[in-house]
Amino acid sequence: MGATHQRGHLQPWIAFLGLLAAVGLPLDSADGWRLLPREGAFGWIVILLLAAAAYAAVKAERSPVTAILLALASCAGAWAALDILPGLAGHTGPGFWALLLTAWLLAWALVSQLAAIKPRAGPAGFALKLAIPLIFGAWLLVFWQVIVIALQVPFVLIPPPSAIWSKLISSIPILAADFRQTFLKAVIAGYVLGCGSGFLVAILVDRVPFLQRGLLPVGNLVSALPIIGIAPIMVMWFGFDWPSKAAVVVVATFFPMLVNTVTGLAASQPMQRDLMRTYAANYWQSLFKLRLPEALPFIFNALKINSTLALIAAIVAEFFGTPIVGMGFRISTEVGRMNIDMVWAEIAVAALAGSVFYGVIALIERASTFWHPSFRT
Amino acid sequence: MTTLAVPAPRPLKKPGQLFPVMVVVVAILAIWYVGAFFLNAQLARDVFARQKVEPTLSQMIGATYSMERPLLPAPHQVATELWKSTTGYAINSKRSLVYHGWVTLSATLAGFVIGTLLGLLLAVGIVHVSSLDKSLMPWVVASQTIPIVAIAPMIVVVGYNLMNGQLGLSTDTSRFLAKAMISTYLSFFPITVGMVKGLRSPDPMHLDLMRTYSATGWQAFWKLRFPASLPYLFTSMQIAIAISLVGAIVGELPTGAAAGLGARLLAGSYYGQTVQIWAALLAASILAAVLVAIVGYANRLVVRRMGMAR
Repeated sequence: MGATHQRGHLQPWIAFLGLLAAVGLPLDSADGWRLLPREGAFGWIVILLLAAAAYAAVKAERSPVTAILLALASCAGAWAALDILPGLAGHTGPGFWALLLTAWLLAWALVSQLAAIKPRAGPAGFALKLAIPLIFGAWLLVFWQVIVIALQVPFVLIPPPSAIWSKLISSIPILAADFRQTFLKAVIAGYVLGCGSGFLVAILVDRVPFLQRGLLPVGNLVSALPIIGIAPIMVMWFGFDWPSKAAVVVVATFFPMLVNTVTGLAASQPMQRDLMRTYAANYWQSLFKLRLPEALPFIFNALKINSTLALIAAIVAEFFGTPIVGMGFRISTEVGRMNIDMVWAEIAVAALAGSVFYGVIALIERASTFWHPSFRT
Repeated sequence: MTTLAVPAPRPLKKPGQLFPVMVVVVAILAIWYVGAFFLNAQLARDVFARQKVEPTLSQMIGATYSMERPLLPAPHQVATELWKSTTGYAINSKRSLVYHGWVTLSATLAGFVIGTLLGLLLAVGIVHVSSLDKSLMPWVVASQTIPIVAIAPMIVVVGYNLMNGQLGLSTDTSRFLAKAMISTYLSFFPITVGMVKGLRSPDPMHLDLMRTYSATGWQAFWKLRFPASLPYLFTSMQIAIAISLVGAIVGELPTGAAAGLGARLLAGSYYGQTVQIWAALLAASILAAVLVAIVGYANRLVVRRMGMAR
């Protein structure tokens, strides 16, 4: 790098030391003769890849070849570690940990290299922005798997990701039924109703200044309260099926929408409003042509907050009683039966659904508020 | 509710705000009374029909507002129950709401304090280590999109099993720690996100100025970055403490906790004790409002002390 020092410069050297340790130390603490070079051709491929990547990282710091080598080597190292892991459960040796940490260090070196690249527009920049957190997430899963199996953590405490994945694959019909009950019925209905009514009341509040002064402080107060607590009441009013969950979602999403929309409607400049007045625009014209567009970023902020809030509210509401289907029902009953892998599968579905929901709203926001300064960089 | 940004403290004593708020509150109470009448009317009519009495309107009103297990209790019933269960019993009695409130509050505060420290630590790491920023920060943001509270029962059960079964702690301690863990888990994210923003809020000019003074990174942190981030910290703490309380309440649902506001809600739901549910709910609301107000007050105090008041 010349004059400027790069932070990641130390990592390849540590990786070299780690590689030596991985090759020279036993993989199995109970069997001193189990070494990585004796694992056959696969072991040698891993060793060569790791060595090549570490060498490339030391020699030619930032080049596509180095990046590809680093990626290949860390993948191979992680793969090898996971591959020989089942035979080592409970008695993993220092060589195994050295292999794992070396692969991780190379992945870290790769991340530092990728992070140093100047952000670019277009699909390449987008892929780069996606790749860095994905590497981090993948390694989180690898460490989870390794630690749970190597230390033989009891299954009821935390199951390894592989078990969760196989449970997820094998119980798709149940998960789909739960998803339909909780997300497609309760969350969507509640979200639409809650956000819609919050928006309409916000317009009303905006039209009547007295309400703005009276209702907003109350709304601000309510938005800090544990609304999830109304779930038992809603179950009592609307029955055990999804309408009671939708009702909780309506209440939970109403106030964020109300408060944000009112704030957004006040966001336009007084000058612009005066201009509208000089055009002799009436209330509705200035609302639709000036103030609602100005309020869009705030409205989308509420929509994004609500997208996750709705799912949380629906799932927690199911803890207070549901028919025998639904994500919250499944989580609470399977926890009781110690089927923790099923619970984690349900959580994975919920996380995915929440992220996709949020992502869709964010995409719509990007398409409809492209003019806003925060997107015009 | 939970993740909604609590707006920066604004002057509460704006002229003419008290009266509209009062009117709105009175209107809500009026709607509540009317709603209670109509929701409970069917139940009351059934009772009268069984006694073969044709009720007059005043009898109907009297009956709907004083039912044992109404669909919607009237405000005064909730207020009476709240008053009775907070002052009527000894503080350490199982029937006292003060006792249940304290069980929830202690877990909330423990989780909030740990979560704040953890969030601060993470934020400092993210601001100062660029590879952490690029790789960890997207996950912190993404974690806001997954239903964290939904994982709460998992954490409670895992933590409870770990501490009660593996470490051999007593059931009460394990429950307390499991609930505190959820509160920690829920509260450290807003703190991290807010503090990352806050620690980056100083003007680049000011950072340059620090550099011309040849200040070390440590000095720049304590003398510039940290003070500049305090308003963000307090705003985040207001969100975090409200969500900690939600976490503690949700944490009381899955392990069959015998005490706490969440346990009161669950028990009330099982036995159809509507008035008890409403009283617990109201107690939780008051607790949340007081906690948020305390943090807001601390904010104003610190801001004034630092000469940053507007």
